[in-house]
Amino acid sequence: MIQSFFKTREVILGVAILVLLIAIASRFPAFVAPRNLANVFNDTAPLVILALGQMAVILTRCIDLSVAANLALTGMIVAMLNTIMPGLPIPFILVIAIALGALMGLANGLLVWKLEIPPIVVTLGTMTVYRGIIFLISNGAWINAHEMSPSFKAFPREVILGLPVLSWIAIFVVIGFIVLISRTPLGRAFYAVGGNPHAAVYTGINVGQTQCAAFVLSGALAGLTGYLWVARYAVAYVDIAGGFELEVVAACVIGGISIAGGIGSVGGALLGALFLGIVKNALPVINISPFWQLAISGSAIIIAVAFNATSNRTKGRVILKKAEHAQ
Amino acid sequence: MKLFKSLLAATAVAAVCIAGPAQAENKRIALVVKALGIGFFEAAAKGAEEAAKELGDVEIIYTGPTDTTAEGQIEVINALIAQKVDAIAISANDQDALVPALKKAMQRGITVVSWDSGVAPEGRQLHLNPSSNPLIGNMIIKLAADHLPDGGDVAVLSASATATNQNIWIEEMNKVKGNYPGINVVATVYGDDLADKSYREAQGLMQTYPDLKAIIAPTSVGIVAAAQAVSDAEKAGKVNVTGLGLPSEMAGHVDSGASKSFAIWNPIDLGYSATMLAYNLAAGNAEAKPGADIPMGRMGALTLDDKNEGAMADPFVYDSSNIDDFKDIF
Repeated sequence: MIQSFFKTREVILGVAILVLLIAIASRFPAFVAPRNLANVFNDTAPLVILALGQMAVILTRCIDLSVAANLALTGMIVAMLNTIMPGLPIPFILVIAIALGALMGLANGLLVWKLEIPPIVVTLGTMTVYRGIIFLISNGAWINAHEMSPSFKAFPREVILGLPVLSWIAIFVVIGFIVLISRTPLGRAFYAVGGNPHAAVYTGINVGQTQCAAFVLSGALAGLTGYLWVARYAVAYVDIAGGFELEVVAACVIGGISIAGGIGSVGGALLGALFLGIVKNALPVINISPFWQLAISGSAIIIAVAFNATSNRTKGRVILKKAEHAQ
Repeated sequence: MKLFKSLLAATAVAAVCIAGPAQAENKRIALVVKALGIGFFEAAAKGAEEAAKELGDVEIIYTGPTDTTAEGQIEVINALIAQKVDAIAISANDQDALVPALKKAMQRGITVVSWDSGVAPEGRQLHLNPSSNPLIGNMIIKLAADHLPDGGDVAVLSASATATNQNIWIEEMNKVKGNYPGINVVATVYGDDLADKSYREAQGLMQTYPDLKAIIAPTSVGIVAAAQAVSDAEKAGKVNVTGLGLPSEMAGHVDSGASKSFAIWNPIDLGYSATMLAYNLAAGNAEAKPGADIPMGRMGALTLDDKNEGAMADPFVYDSSNIDDFKDIF
């Protein structure tokens, strides 16, 4: 029992994060001050939110490469809305951002569900389309800090009980996901669809619909993050969060979510995102050449995937042998 | 019938010949931009009008395609050749694609200069660079030093580690940093021109160097992200963010005090200088050849190098006193 506990992905990753923090602290002690760790968590919050959305999609054997473009487009639209109507209350902006994001996720989902196009192709396409739309509506121009209203920029920074709103939103999304994944039919359906689609059909689960729901969820979270991102960095332009979709997928992979679908946990995705977040925040302060930074981030991903591959492979073999014996 | 036709043609030619000299009293200079409707070029057109007013006998034709394509500019150039303008001053969408059209213009006796974004040497008589690498390198450290009379630690936040422009400017900056005693460049970090990475790198700089007095970001994405990071860390006034940025993007950060001043070329001066140069060449006041000094009114004179290129001036400094005049322009 204890042995299997230490073998779980979350514990190993937790230990890896601790080791990482100790190593960083040996070079730069101020990094592990509680205040700074809170900053690192806040900086990682968008990654956590997106990684959870991505997890739902990956669980159903799909992938969503359009999250960063969705984030950028939603961010641009709400920023433009804010310049036209500076008085629009923040709750409205949040609702609009989530709805827009969900709509873009729905576009992905319907293409995967109704036309049965491979998700990687669909989202690669919509990724480019969404980025293109940003250019069309903005004409390539930036929305800058002085054009946004103060309340629009202040919302994610507002400190409640020692943490900024941005961090709290990430925490609520994590809690929401724990409930969704473990306590609702939809959450269980994600696993069923990814684990064995044919068996899922026999239990009465609509595979396409479940995948579509995962895309809508991922899109809605990307939309929410779009507003938070633009407000936090106080700038919106075509290329914001360029390449961020790969970081989100990497966080999931490091967190032990199997690209083949059906395997993964909320804790894994959270720790995967935190691991990447800590690496990204620590590298600038420990004075490593920028070329090494890329190599280090890349190696972390490959090690995680290699680890996944070996641990998942043994499991599969055992099941097959049992099945053989049964016959 | 044939006779009648040729008579008609001869009359037309004669009419043009008579009309020609009458028009030549007013020099017509075409300012061709990458695309219409861009704030930067609208500002350059203002500068051209200013030059025209100063010279008196100049008519400015401000024109360009509706999107930033070389094809669009070639059509515009052909139209200008047909109109027999005296000079074309162009900011090119493509260094090479415009050369044939511009060559044709020069063969028709039209003066051709390029400014801002250049044309290959065979397609123009001279090229006006907004500034030069040594001037920019000197400016970015001067901006930091101006607000640090007692010296202090400064750090550079660049674009990517392989960005050619930024690397040259930083190299030029390092050459002249001895002229600013007390200014200590402690680090160079790279934000890859991504808002979030630049923000994080700026945070990292403030943590690693608690005594940091200024962040120099010679990139428009980096300077905005660093200014935001400084505001969020509540260090506005303690850490000055400076470098190269656009007034429209930096206005909010100058207001907040995160950035005391920054620089970029002034498009009004650029349009003014391009017009002056085109006028002086077209009027025969100067000849474009290596080593020549060509006057450009209040901006002094342009000294040409062996490729017939020259640098206008130091980048123009923007601060709280003038940012409001420029933030709506570009």
